[in-house]
Parts: sequence; C-alpha cells; structure tokens
Amino acid sequence: MSFITKPKVTHPGLPKNELGLTRRDYEGGMSTLCAGCGHDSVTAAVIEAVWGLSLRPEQLAKLSGIGCSSKTTAYFVSGGHGFNSVHGRMPSIATGAAAANRDLYYIGVSGDGDTLSIGFGQFAHAIRRNVNMLYLIENNGVYGLTKGQFSASADIGSKAKRGEENRQPPVDPVLTALTLGATFVARSFSGDKEQLVPLIKAGLKHQGFALIDVLSPCVTFNDHEGSTKSYGFVRDHYDEVVHADFVPPAQEITTNYAEGEVTPVTLHDGSRVLLRKLDASYDPTHRGKAMNYLREKLRQGEHVTGLIYIDERSPEFHAVNNTAGSPLNTMSYEKLTPGRKGMEKIMSRYR
Amino acid sequence: MDPTDTRNPDYYHRVVDCQWACPAHTDVPEYIRLIAQGKFTEAYLVNRESNVFPGILGRVCDRPCEPACRRGRVEEKPVAICRLKRVAADHRDDVTALLPRAPQEKNGKRVACIGAGPASLTVANDLMPLGYDVTIFEKWDTPGGLMRTNIPSFRLPAGVLAQEIGYIIDMGVDLRLGTPVESLKALLNSKQFDAIFVGSGAPKGKDLDLPGRHASETVREHIHIGIDWLESVAFEHIKSIGRRVLIIGVGNTAMDCCRSSLRLGATDVKVMARKPRNFFKASDWELEDAEDENVEIVINHAPKSFVVEDGKLVGMIFDRMEYELDGNRIVSERIAGETLFPCDDVILAIGQENAFPWIENDLGIEFDKWHVPKVDKVTFQSTRENVFFGGDAAFGPKNIIWAVEHGHQAAISLHRYLQGNDVAERLPALLNLSSRKMGLHEWSYRNDYNAAERRLMPHVSLKERFKKINIEVELGFDAEQTAAEVQRCLNCDVQTVFDAKLCIECDACIDICPVDCLTMTGNRPEDELRLHLKAPARNKTQPLFVSTPLKQTARVMVKDEDLCVHCGLCAERCPTAAWDMQKSTIRIPHAIDEGPCSVPQTRKTA
Repeated sequence: MSFITKPKVTHPGLPKNELGLTRRDYEGGMSTLCAGCGHDSVTAAVIEAVWGLSLRPEQLAKLSGIGCSSKTTAYFVSGGHGFNSVHGRMPSIATGAAAANRDLYYIGVSGDGDTLSIGFGQFAHAIRRNVNMLYLIENNGVYGLTKGQFSASADIGSKAKRGEENRQPPVDPVLTALTLGATFVARSFSGDKEQLVPLIKAGLKHQGFALIDVLSPCVTFNDHEGSTKSYGFVRDHYDEVVHADFVPPAQEITTNYAEGEVTPVTLHDGSRVLLRKLDASYDPTHRGKAMNYLREKLRQGEHVTGLIYIDERSPEFHAVNNTAGSPLNTMSYEKLTPGRKGMEKIMSRYR
Repeated sequence: MDPTDTRNPDYYHRVVDCQWACPAHTDVPEYIRLIAQGKFTEAYLVNRESNVFPGILGRVCDRPCEPACRRGRVEEKPVAICRLKRVAADHRDDVTALLPRAPQEKNGKRVACIGAGPASLTVANDLMPLGYDVTIFEKWDTPGGLMRTNIPSFRLPAGVLAQEIGYIIDMGVDLRLGTPVESLKALLNSKQFDAIFVGSGAPKGKDLDLPGRHASETVREHIHIGIDWLESVAFEHIKSIGRRVLIIGVGNTAMDCCRSSLRLGATDVKVMARKPRNFFKASDWELEDAEDENVEIVINHAPKSFVVEDGKLVGMIFDRMEYELDGNRIVSERIAGETLFPCDDVILAIGQENAFPWIENDLGIEFDKWHVPKVDKVTFQSTRENVFFGGDAAFGPKNIIWAVEHGHQAAISLHRYLQGNDVAERLPALLNLSSRKMGLHEWSYRNDYNAAERRLMPHVSLKERFKKINIEVELGFDAEQTAAEVQRCLNCDVQTVFDAKLCIECDACIDICPVDCLTMTGNRPEDELRLHLKAPARNKTQPLFVSTPLKQTARVMVKDEDLCVHCGLCAERCPTAAWDMQKSTIRIPHAIDEGPCSVPQTRKTA
C-alpha cells in the first residue's frame, strides 16, 4: 500500500474513450493491500477493461465477499454500485441483483478462500445457473489476511513461507467450473495485462457466467522460493494455450492473421473474441478435450492460461428463469405489487 | 536502446530541469525546500553559492529556469522560482558572518577586472577567497554595470544592489570608480597585473539611421538610444520626457524604456514592433507588466522615417507590414501601406553591441569580422593567454545570470592559469545520490502532490507607483503566498532510482504512477520504444530511462522523464525496493574547488 492517495494530476495526453473519459476517471479509493500485491494489478486491469469498453461507471455493479481480494472492489470505479457481502456469499447476492436488474454489468471479485472453501457451494450454483456476471478469482494459494496458511488452491509440493510443504491436492477452479458446465472459463496472471485485459472485456460482454481465475501472487506470504504461485514460478511455468483478443462490435479487425490462425467467436452484442491458438492441438470449444488437457498440465505442474473454454450457445440465467425484461426499479408500482385482489388470487392457489 | 548510464552526472542533472536550464546551475529544489522550512538564510546562501546575487536576480533574472520547470509541463504554469528566490533574499538574517572571506596572506598574484558588472564581480567573488589581489576598474562612479545603469530602480532598488555588491567588495577588492580603462596596452604595459578579465559589457546601443534622424539639433535631442537613455535616467541626468513617446523595438530594454517614460511625464507610450507578438524578444512577464501600465504595443509596423516640421520632431512614419506565417516562421512579407504616429520623443531600443575602442590591435587579442573578440567558449580565454573575457563583452548581450556563470568559469581559468596549470583541464561536475527513505512509507521530503496554482505577485497600485521613479512595483510574496508556492515544487532532485536486479515485475509501480510515465516492455530502438509507452511521449527532448533486462522476462523498465511528479509512489508501492527515491546533489566546481594556491610568492611585478 501507499500512504498518500494517488494524486489527481494526470498525463495530459491520456487517451479518452467514447464517453470522453480517461482511465483515471475509472479509479477507486486508495489501496490498503501490501505493496506489490497482484490484486492491485488486477484492479488496474479491470480499470483498463471497463474504460476500454466505454461503460458508464454507474452501469457497473461490483460485488465481493471477504478477504484481501474482496477489498479490491473499493479500488476501482468509484462511480459504480457496490456490495460487500458475507464471506463466500457474493454469488447469491449477485444472483439476486442480476434477477432484479439485468441492465447492469456484474463483476464479482473473490479469492481462493472465498470461492473454493467457505463459498464453494455458492460458487457452484452461480455457475450452474449461468448467472450473467464476470467472476474474478484473485488466486494466490494462501490466506493472506490470516498470515499465510495454505488455501484450497495450494498445489501439492508448494512450500509455505516457513518451509512446510502442502500435501493436499488443490481444488482447481477452472476444472471445477468446466465440470459444472460453465460457459466462459479462463485463467490469467496479474503480471500479464496483455492477456488479462481482453479477457475481462470478453468476460463482461459474455452472456452468462464468465470465470477468470487470475493467478495473483501474494508478495508477503507466497512469493518465495518453493512457492508455486510466486511471480517467478508462474512466469517459469506459464502455458498460454489460447490468446483472446477482444474486438468491439463496430470495429473492424485490423490485425492481419494468417489463414486458420484465429477463430472468431461472436458475442451476443456483436463484439467478437478472436481466439489465437498457441497450441494447435487445443480446442477451446470442446469441453472434454479442454478438461483432459488441463488435467495433464496440472500433473506436469504447469499453469495453463488464456481463454480455455467458451460456449456462446447455452442459455443464460435470464432465459432459463424467464426473469423480467427490464429492471425492477424502472417498473411502475402497480406492476410490481399485485394489490389485495392479486394477492388473494395467488394465495388461493395454495389453499 | 542501450541501458541508461546513470553514472554520468548529466543524466540526473537533466532531470532537475530548472537547475539544468540555469546557466549557473542554481540548486533550485534545495533552496525551495529550505524556504518551506523557514530557513531563509540557508536558502539565500545556497543561491549565492551559484548565482552570487540572489536579491538582484530574485527581481530581475531572465529566469531560464521557469520555462524549463516540469510543473509547466504537468500543469500550465511553472513554479514561481524567481519570486521565491526573492523571498529568501527578503527574509534572510544578516549573512555577513557566513560569507567567504579573503585570507590575510595574499598569494601574490594580481588580477584586473575591467567593468564592475556582474561578470567582473563574480570573478572577484571567486578569486578573493583564494588570496588573489583583485582590482576592478569602473568608468562610472558607482558599481553594478548594466544592473545599475539599465535596470530602472522601480524594478531593482539601489539598496539591494549596493548590499550584494558590498558583500564582494568588502572582501577587500580594490574598486576604482570613475576610472575608465582607455588603453588595454597601457594597462598591460604597467605590469601591475598578472592577468586581466574584461567584463566591460555590451555598452553600445544600436542607432537607426532613417531619413530625418539628424535633421536638426532639436531632433537629435528628442531621439534617444535606449540603453544610453536609461543610463541618463539612472544617474538623474534626464528627469523628464515628452508626453507622447514611441519606443522602437520590443525587447526587455524597450520594456524598461516605456515604463520609465511613464514615470518621467509621458502619458501616451507606444512600443512599436516590426513583427507579430510571437516574435517578441521581451520576456512574457515584462510585456505583461508594461501592458498593465497601459503601454500600447503596436505590432507589424516597421519604422520608415522621422517626420520633422520646423526643425522639430513631430512623429514617425511606419510601413504597415503583412506577413504570411507558417507556424513560427515568416514565409513572406509585404508592405500594406504607411501610417504616421505623432510623437514628442523616440527611444530606440533595437539592440546593443560590445565595443572595444580601447583594445589596441597589436596586443595579440584577435577579433572576428564582426569585431567580436575570439573567446574560448569553455575557458573564456582570449587569443592572448593572460586576457580573459566574460559577460556581454564575450559573446554579446545575454543577461545577468549568464554573466555570473561566465564569471565563475573565467575565475576557474584565471586561477588555473595563474597557478601554472592548463586552463582546459577543468574539474568535471559530480553527482551524489542519497536515499530519502525514512521508514516503510516515509520519505524525508514532502512527496504529496499539491495541486495549488501559481501565486501572483502583488503590485503597488497603478495610482501609487508613478509618484516617484524609484517606487518598487513588485511587493514580494507574503507568508501565505510563499507557503503555497513552495509546495508547488515537485522536488525533481529527489530522483527515482531503479535497480533492475531487485525487480520482480509485479506491475505495482506502473499501476500506481499518476502520470503513466513507467512502462515494462521489450527493448527496441528509441523511436520505436517511444511508441510503446503506456502514455504517449509528448516531449522528445526529455530523455527515456531504460533499465538493464529484467530477471524474469528480460523486458526492460522504461521511464519517460517528461512528466514524472516525483511523488515517490513507485517506490512506496515497490515490494522489493527496486525503486528508491534518492536525492541528487550536483556539485558544480567553482574556482575554490580547483584546489588551493601554491605558497605565496614575492610579487614579480610591483
């Protein structure tokens, strides 16, 4: 962290988005995380992505639970809506909020503890329901707020700061999400914004549940020799399978790709995700193959990153549950409340 | 790009834009911090070490530091460096006990300085503490040179001048007033001096020989050469001027002429400029001050002739000019017609030259075809080894702060020459770095960016200021203005020092930098690298810092020095202290650093 707020002074040449805003207009409060925390870089990537999509700050709803990761929603887009929930209960808050207002962009920020331990059930059901949200896990393999105990995502053989080795197998959020039928599954790294920023953009625009598991090293408790989630180890064991570039609806694809090099996937609003395969044998639209690939790489101790799986055809939460087409807060009082007669009618069904 | 060699003292010196731009390399951030702490005396002494005349320069310096100030790039207006210098001078305690002193025992070498202007005075200031006998010859009855004769007292009070010149003379300089040097040959032949420094300025104002210029004696009396006229005003030989005055030329001398005219009875003063406004030579603030006093500046009028009726000057005719411009360049010009401006007096302020009628041709001092002496740009030595030049006398009209720097450099040369050393082998500048880190997030400088706007100098009211010619118009900053202005300084001398070995490439510094001056990317040639920065490089004159390859990815850390506000957030957010905030102290050698004199000798000539 730093002890003074980031000064308001800016580079006079900062680019502006379609709304005439700069990146600086999407910042939040001063971070109180440790200096060098990966989470602060994820925050910066979210700012970059939301700015790049030209979202109005008030179009964004930021939700989180408890943990270092869950503090970060305070550090971006001060003008957005925010809800800091009970530990591990962010997904149900997000589900409820999404049901009530489908016009907002939901971004839930969670950690490996908040998602894979106390909130594991909530996480599973949000995926199962295909809630239209971006779910970011800031995954560092330790409980940082309680001084560095192994979390459920710690890899076998990874060493704690004091030297003890983890012997329990990890819960891999990416494999778990694939098993549960997630429609957008990605892994990235806080130290690789070139990969992370387009993934966040695509995730926000994806219709349905988008998971990005971001390896986000804990500089204080998990950035030492022997850790499998340190800056150095992640860089050494980095396997980017599919790089995703995000292209907004009206924009032409300007970069030239060789024939067959990229597969475009069109999202519901017309924007496209260009998938550039770095491993030719890999297929990001085939769930089974993706899972096999991941299992193999997990065994080899590699961190597979990139847009691992995408499915734009499965129906999302609103379609399945036939939710209201417009936000509840825009409906008239009469429409929202059944009135005495309506209430009696409903009650009579249960008599 | 090759990794930046920060061991070269020039690299970090350049980051301190004000100090780099100052000819005398005044340590501006250091004295501003001292003012912020209320240490006015110390701030004055830091100034004096390099610029010798803080009280004078705090009022009338040409301020090359201010256009260079980084704050002017980050916002619009630079720090009011010059005004703060005056604050230090105005509020200092008695400094006499803290000034350098001349030793009791002289070293036996004698130096003559010609002209008692800022260049010669600086030479005396630097050489007296080394034990030299310094004699200054001055043609007027008062020292100060152009500072005394050409800068009106409503801008620079006589008391301020006298005090700061006194500090030097009181070391025991033999100041001979009213003693013009009429023949350099005679001075050399007298064998009284081991070396001579010529600091006689550029005392010859340019004339404008247009029809009517010499029509009659009366006409000649009403057409004045700017610098001569200011001199006569300074010595009270001229106490009035006509009601309508035209000033020809639009440099700083013109500004002093028009404002002086207003104080001597003129009510309608026009400054006539040949070209449009962006070609003016006068400093912006001097133009502003003149216009505040209702001086009219008329552009695009080229003087053509003087209009004389019955032997009297009644006006001037000007060609109305039209220019075709391409940016700041004139592509073509044409005359659109003529205009008559009636007037009672004309002051010509179109430039000045150095003139040496008192230097004989057979002394071995060579002049070029413009009659400018051939002077070495580093050593200030002329083609005769024991004669040195400095100030306007060396390279034509510049300003006081340049004269001071010439004086410092000439003093080094004089010292080396008189000690029998090669004048060209000079000490290099040195740079020292020391960390400002006090604790986890504590720095021993104020790193929080203060968004305050530049304070404005309070002036004596327009009603009051014309009552007497020597009412100083600028009042100086008050305590509140000073307190606000000092916080605008960005502490550019507290450098961001990067150690590539320690970097873990976590991006923290890049994310937190408020002005986006940091980037981690693959190394490329400079032109390409500038295209790959996080924020566009707007100012290509500012250097890029490029680190050695980083450990994990072999990318490089690049810093665009242009807009860094030295807030230290990169260092605060750095988990491994790869970034540190370190104060750079630039050591610019003066004569005294060149080492002591050899054992005093008996005088060769007496």
